Amino acid sequence: MKPVYRFDGFIFASLIAGLILTIMPLPDAINAWRPAWPAMLVLYWTLHKPERFGLLGAWLVGIAMDTLTGTLLGQHALALMVIAFINLKLHLRIRVFPKGQQALAILMLVLVYEFLLFWVDGVAGFATSGIARWLPVLSSAALWLPVAALLKGAMVLARRA
Amino acid sequence: MAGLKPTDVLPGRGPALGTRLFLLLACSILLMVLDSREDYLQYIHSKLNIVVYPIQAAVDLPFALADWASTSLASRRQLLAENRDLRRQQLRSDASVQKMIAIEAENARLRALMDTAALMTDRTMVTEIMAIDLNPYRRLLTINKGSSAGAYRGQALVDAFGIVGQISDLGPLSSQVLLISDPEHAVPVEINRNGLRTIAVGTGDAQILNLPFLPNNADIRLGDLLVTSGLGGVFPAGYPVAEVNQIEVNPSQPFAHVEAAPAAELDKVRELLLIWPGDVQDQ
Repeated sequence: MKPVYRFDGFIFASLIAGLILTIMPLPDAINAWRPAWPAMLVLYWTLHKPERFGLLGAWLVGIAMDTLTGTLLGQHALALMVIAFINLKLHLRIRVFPKGQQALAILMLVLVYEFLLFWVDGVAGFATSGIARWLPVLSSAALWLPVAALLKGAMVLARRA
Repeated sequence: MAGLKPTDVLPGRGPALGTRLFLLLACSILLMVLDSREDYLQYIHSKLNIVVYPIQAAVDLPFALADWASTSLASRRQLLAENRDLRRQQLRSDASVQKMIAIEAENARLRALMDTAALMTDRTMVTEIMAIDLNPYRRLLTINKGSSAGAYRGQALVDAFGIVGQISDLGPLSSQVLLISDPEHAVPVEINRNGLRTIAVGTGDAQILNLPFLPNNADIRLGDLLVTSGLGGVFPAGYPVAEVNQIEVNPSQPFAHVEAAPAAELDKVRELLLIWPGDVQDQ
């Protein structure tokens, strides 16, 4: 069973990189377009390594996000866990989708994620209007295929090493 | 992971997926409800802050390196020029401080005459911004000082020009700062010219504060300086907050529409000062 475990470090490293990209300062012009990196990574790992990365992993990433971004503790955790759940239910189907259709499925899942964040913000009484909140959905879906290819390439390298 | 059997890692073993979803959902909702009510989770917050500190430090590293490189690799001429500028600036500050000392002494005498508590100098500490928040509707940032440096929740921060915000979430090594431009934030202010008290509310835009509670006939003019009034107990009195730059009086509305531009450079600063009000600075 050894090969199953060797990706744990890799998954962990990719999630840390995602969190760093999330809080890295960006120029105002592209800041609103910053993709939802943790959501993409959670989706990628629940899609391709569901036996190693599941709901609890997604939830912990969410707690880290909440702490880093100063949102209510549990807000990102809830959103990430729910999309991980949907993805785990559908991963056998989404995995064999044609590439474009897969990016579309990811767009829907990130939309669910942003909607849950939006919804919790609304219930908690924070300001919620405006278009900027929904831009990451588009940029995440647009970057899904390159990111997936990158992670796959890195995994192949890790397997050879 | 040592005790895992191969069957443990297959999907569908352990508690069912739905059960796990339900448990974690309950956890999240419980956390959020507790977190939105006051201080129940302060302890957990500060512990989690330690856990994520390496990530914040990693983000800060390139900037720290660039800072270090620009200071250590600057040419001699640049350094000389900078030194000269700083000397001039120092001289100018010295001159104004001398005037200030006289005024302060006079002020203390007058206050003693009036039998009120003397204003004391506030103790300050320099802190640096580590990260900014990505949510476009909040104005939050992370600084590199926490409870280990003596900071406390609700502590005021200023830059060279005015009030910046207050600490909203305290960690041991870093804390989160709520800026005065955050839509959730309000500062009790008074107009420097006539002492008229009101409240400046953030709008989410770093350039605009809103003064929603001024009646149409209030004595306020363009260019009026708003300073902290010290009411509310969070911000020490007398620090500049904003300058009035827009007044619209509409007789059909109960209140005038007044906007002010923050004095502090909210979207440019990298270094801030923490303030301990009434705590005399050891020179």
